Amino acid sequence: MSNPQQLRYSKEHEWLSVAEDGVSTVGITEFAANALGDVVYAQLPEVGDTVTAGETCGELESTKSVSDLYAPVTGEITEFNQDVVDDPSLVNTAPFEGGWLFKVRVTGEPDDLLSADEYDALSAGN
Amino acid sequence: MSTTPRLTALDALHRSLGATMTDFAGWDMPLRYASERDEHNAVRTHAGLFDLSHMGEITVTGPQAVDLLNYALVGNIGTVGLGRARYTMICQEDGGILDDLIVYRLGAATSQNGEFMVVANAGNAQIVLDALTERAAGFDAVVRDDRDAYALIAVQGPESPGILKSVTDADLDGLKYYAGLPGTVAGVPALIARTGYTGEDGFELFVAPSDAEQVWQALTEAGKDVGLVPAGLSCRDTLRLEAGMPLYGHELTTALTPFDAGLGRVVKFEKECDFVGRTSLEAAAERAAANPPRKLVGLIAEGRRVPRAGFAVVAEGQVIGEVTSGAPSPTLGKPIAIAYVDAAHAEPGTQGVGVDIRGTHEPYEVVALPFYKRQK
Repeated sequence: MSNPQQLRYSKEHEWLSVAEDGVSTVGITEFAANALGDVVYAQLPEVGDTVTAGETCGELESTKSVSDLYAPVTGEITEFNQDVVDDPSLVNTAPFEGGWLFKVRVTGEPDDLLSADEYDALSAGN
Repeated sequence: MSTTPRLTALDALHRSLGATMTDFAGWDMPLRYASERDEHNAVRTHAGLFDLSHMGEITVTGPQAVDLLNYALVGNIGTVGLGRARYTMICQEDGGILDDLIVYRLGAATSQNGEFMVVANAGNAQIVLDALTERAAGFDAVVRDDRDAYALIAVQGPESPGILKSVTDADLDGLKYYAGLPGTVAGVPALIARTGYTGEDGFELFVAPSDAEQVWQALTEAGKDVGLVPAGLSCRDTLRLEAGMPLYGHELTTALTPFDAGLGRVVKFEKECDFVGRTSLEAAAERAAANPPRKLVGLIAEGRRVPRAGFAVVAEGQVIGEVTSGAPSPTLGKPIAIAYVDAAHAEPGTQGVGVDIRGTHEPYEVVALPFYKRQK
């Protein structure tokens, strides 16, 4: 399983893209998607919501369980992925691409975001 | 429990197939190999191959094997014909369900060599073994722990008869639902039973653990052109849920009698002998007929949030029941649940029933079980 080098990661298994005009894209990692199993329902934050790093901002439901979705950074939601709401299996089939979850205008970052190599080590240790 | 999970004879094979494993009743079992939804749909439309070696086999033999089982279980085992199987339960003295079981009659029905195999749930196998052993006192019968004597492989789904037929000498056309006979599968001895827990036609094959891999590989090869896939416990759960089949620990517990669970038909008061729980169960039967407290119903979501075991069922802001099992149904394309609800809200079509999903009351339709019945 390869975690893209250009992304950064939270310990709750979200990925965060490099900001463009202050806006980053957020999703969950392939490791997390595999651990969840088939995702059947995604409750994502709404446009205009303010999310706080490390706090829950939605949920992902799979066949066996429901998991909270954590915001990896603080900021305002600018977009959520309607395709994932309509077809949650995108989270499983393309977690780093078409299965992205939301975009956030970042106003604050925690200091414990991980590099790809650091996240590789974290997820391998699980 | 912090003990190391037990491994089935097929453990290495599961790992080579990339299975996600899970601890289940002390066993390390395959949860899924790839997508559990794809595995579920394969069993409904083609076939799936399951390792169920965690199930607990107990053999009962001896001149009074029938008498012992009639005393220890709620069913009338004397009426099970040679080569047939019966769904039954073992209860406590107070009528509470200790486990639900399948009993296979293996040996000839003479008094000299009656032989039965009792198959218990993995999590209850020791409890059932202990209860049978204790209840055997005074009977000329032997209760034998055969958990290590068998691996159990199930092939389930509409393609399963064709798949199995190509690797066995047994007469599958003559093998009815809930029947079992000894035969050969992939060249090794097997007890071949037409039973399952998926709502589909299918077979359960009890084989020696040392033969399990050979049987699994032969079935995999035989099924490769007709859509057979390895299938894990995750899809087994959604398959049985759609088929409205109870799961011990969810729909069935020691706090419930078979009558509470809507399964009073398994209790056979007409058998002449006494049996453990008879007095309590007679009272439970009267209670269920006169004034049923709660009934087991099906619930189908109008939305997409999934009910889980333990969630409250609500109506007009009041708690009227509890979900015992819930999952997204691949066949219906909607979340479904089995729940115990107050009798006043148990009629199919009852309006205004919902499930409290993390604080939000999601609307649900009350339906009769099962959710899914195969076309025969």
